[in-house]
Amino acid sequence: MSDLASVMSWLGIFVVCTPLLLVVVLGISSLLKWQLDEQTITRSVQAAIISGLAAAVAILVLMLIDGTRHVVINMGAWVEIPYYHFSIKFVFDRLSVPMAILSFLLTGTIGAFAARYMHREPGYNRFFVLYALFTLGMVVTSLADTIETLFVGWELVGLSSALLVAYYQERPAPARNGLWVWIVYRISDAALLLAAVVLHHMAGEGDFDRLLGTGPWPDGRASLSEVQALVVGLLFLVAAAGKSGLVPFSGWLPRAMEGPTPSSAIFYGALSIHLGAFLLLRISPILECSVILCVVVVVLGLLTAVLAYLVGSVQTDIKAALSYACLSQVGLIVAEIGLGFRYLALVHLLGNACLRTLQFMRAPTLLHDYHTLENAIGDHLPRPTVPMKRLASARIRSWFYRFALERAYLDWWLTDRIVAPFVWLFQRLDALERRWTDFLSGQASRESDQMKPYSQIEELS
Amino acid sequence: MNLLQLPWLEWAILLALVGALGVSRIRNPFRASAWGLAFTGTIFGFTVLAWLGHYFGFKPSERWSLQDYYFGGRFFNLDELSAPLVPMVALLHFLTALATARTKMRRFSFSWSLASEAIRLATFSCHDPWLLIGLLSLCTVPPYIELRNRSKPTRVYVLHMGLFVALLVLGWSLTESVGSQGAQPAWAVVPLLAAILVRCGAIPVHCWLTDWFEHASFGNALLFVTPLPGVYAAARLVLPIAPDWVLHSLGMVSLLTAVYAACMATIQQDLRRFFAYLFLSFSSLVLVGLELVTSISLAGALSLWFSVTLGLGGFGLTLRALEARFGRLSLADFHGLYDNSPALAVCFLVTGLASVGFPGTLGFVATELLVDGAVEANLTLGIAVALAAALNGIAVLRAYFRLFAGKRHAATISLRIGLRERIAVLTLTALLLGGGLFPQLGISSRHQAAQEILKDRQENLRRAERDRSPGGLAARAD
Repeated sequence: MSDLASVMSWLGIFVVCTPLLLVVVLGISSLLKWQLDEQTITRSVQAAIISGLAAAVAILVLMLIDGTRHVVINMGAWVEIPYYHFSIKFVFDRLSVPMAILSFLLTGTIGAFAARYMHREPGYNRFFVLYALFTLGMVVTSLADTIETLFVGWELVGLSSALLVAYYQERPAPARNGLWVWIVYRISDAALLLAAVVLHHMAGEGDFDRLLGTGPWPDGRASLSEVQALVVGLLFLVAAAGKSGLVPFSGWLPRAMEGPTPSSAIFYGALSIHLGAFLLLRISPILECSVILCVVVVVLGLLTAVLAYLVGSVQTDIKAALSYACLSQVGLIVAEIGLGFRYLALVHLLGNACLRTLQFMRAPTLLHDYHTLENAIGDHLPRPTVPMKRLASARIRSWFYRFALERAYLDWWLTDRIVAPFVWLFQRLDALERRWTDFLSGQASRESDQMKPYSQIEELS
Repeated sequence: MNLLQLPWLEWAILLALVGALGVSRIRNPFRASAWGLAFTGTIFGFTVLAWLGHYFGFKPSERWSLQDYYFGGRFFNLDELSAPLVPMVALLHFLTALATARTKMRRFSFSWSLASEAIRLATFSCHDPWLLIGLLSLCTVPPYIELRNRSKPTRVYVLHMGLFVALLVLGWSLTESVGSQGAQPAWAVVPLLAAILVRCGAIPVHCWLTDWFEHASFGNALLFVTPLPGVYAAARLVLPIAPDWVLHSLGMVSLLTAVYAACMATIQQDLRRFFAYLFLSFSSLVLVGLELVTSISLAGALSLWFSVTLGLGGFGLTLRALEARFGRLSLADFHGLYDNSPALAVCFLVTGLASVGFPGTLGFVATELLVDGAVEANLTLGIAVALAAALNGIAVLRAYFRLFAGKRHAATISLRIGLRERIAVLTLTALLLGGGLFPQLGISSRHQAAQEILKDRQENLRRAERDRSPGGLAARAD
């Protein structure tokens, strides 16, 4: 290995290890009850993010100097038994480097913002533990060169997101919404796990260069048949749809606004919501193998974009409006991926992430900004005209308004058509089990039936 | 002679019996707890030495062995399958004793716990079928006594365990009556299969498990089920001799149970019932992997066995610590316990996620292997396994939010986690995270055990083929 390659390899390891170290420091101190003060936490975050970012930028510079476009860092087999191995490999290429730099840049910005925004919040430490977990998840997902490594990062992002949505846990609503987000993410995780395992079977291992061809991104050619690509691609699409809030999973997006503004900014404005699109970019050689799959991706992207535009138009809360604006762009990015415009999609993704982060961070001071502008021009700001007013009758507009207000009835459909029948069925089965055990024991068999939902909570001395 | 050549395993079993007798004579519950802790700790140390002896290839010396002295042979031995299971069982007993809160010391019988530990250690190191059947039957007695002592209904438990023992005895008698050591005819193996399903709590004979968690003390409930003796019985008694279709039937029933229990766990309103279904789902997943009989799925199942025992053991101990402070907890509403015991919340989340195979924990690679093995057999099977794992993850986080989120519970006394409980749960957490971050040692050990099981099975099947051939039948007739 040349000196330059060796330096890049060490820098690559450093890029992954910095957020890992941050998780270890903040996580272990929490587990062992060593309460770190705000300043120590902030400095640890700054040190980890700045050094990780510097290492990622250094790799980019070295790659540009050297003309290399594909640097693989193999950390060896994590698990190896006959007929199965699980490698930890990271790749620095045209897709992963911009994504990793974006992750560090935006998490760093938001970390600095959060240090002030969350100042003296009782859950300051908890916020930054979850923030560190999220950053690690993003960096691992961005740089993963095996499907299993990507899955690890994907899960970390999911868990930290759900817990951050439920950050203000003294109220039940954030907890309910956190659970909603988690349920969607678990569906997405299950789809990704299955896709990973199916791909592992087809190629014998989970390395992307085996799965997607050996060429550097985006020149790889997957050696899958059309049917194989369609099956695996659809699983990936479900995973991406869950993570990016595409139709029909868009309902978690406004619910996720319950979290603190810094977490909203990184999840729904900047990074997390783009992960689905990133995944589709990463597996784009598989998309190329099946025309049907590409059509499905384009249709899903456009449908999401249109719905997000409609729903976003009627939002009265700035964070919700911004998140839908972001989602409509994500829908377009997905459509671009389906059409094969990979670089365009990547640039669109990076731009959208930066713009939305800025907007989200300005959101808490929006009214102040408006007042400043209005004071400066000495009048109210002009209100944009609604094109629908000229194009459609009042009845149609009213229908669209209702449709948008109800978020295209997607939540209703998921709740009433899937969750409610599921709960009803298993509650009936539970009742049946009660009758059966009552019959067997010849008396009321469940002590838990005597319990009241809340009043029985009392400390035992 | 090397220290590791001493017969630590049988000394551990003997010490557990001696401890049970000794502690039963102590009336003061706090002294009984101290002695119980000392005994379980020493027993754990002995089992670790026994495991190390096996790992480094030292055979226990005959000179110090009571088995050799009295019976002239060995009934209790470690092999590739049981070597790590035995210290794991001992560790679980030790940590349960350690994490017993002072409020629970009067209700948790340390002497019965030690007696159960002796039986469990003997069970997990026993190879002889009849002795194993005897020990598995004996294992069902202390829980019955516990239910009686607590004046709880026993009929559901007795009916199911009675059925289990009867089917086990009948099944093994039938397989012995056939004579061949290889694959057995259906009528001989089906009772054995049914016995395993009853003990593992497969649907529709799973109600004893939820009933047991309703009525038993949480500590004993955990110790009775989490080491998965039913799975051990399946690995020792059914796997080597059962024809493929029997294993597939067992796998299908287990898969159905795993998904059903995962669905039930997501809608439960009671914490204990939630835990029971979560456990049921995972123990069934272990059985699914076992019945696929490929080296990958078997290695996955055996690894998941570890993860389930340690993960759900830790999770159970956290729930027990919560119960010790707040009594029986409902999941129908939000309780807001986070501020009262943040460390318990963290432990709950870590052990809960570890038990569902979250990345970085012991169960992650095990679940990957299991799904991999399932997909190899059938894509639908793989989808069902992934679905069960996803539902279990949802159930864990739902329970977390219900317990720890919501309006803060106003406590009049400190409800923070105690030092002993913290040590117990953090030990399990460290094992789960350590095993998850460095999984190679554990996975390769389980793969080796899987290879041995497969080798035994193939030899038995070959022998059966020979017996069934005309030449073999004639030889047997002679």
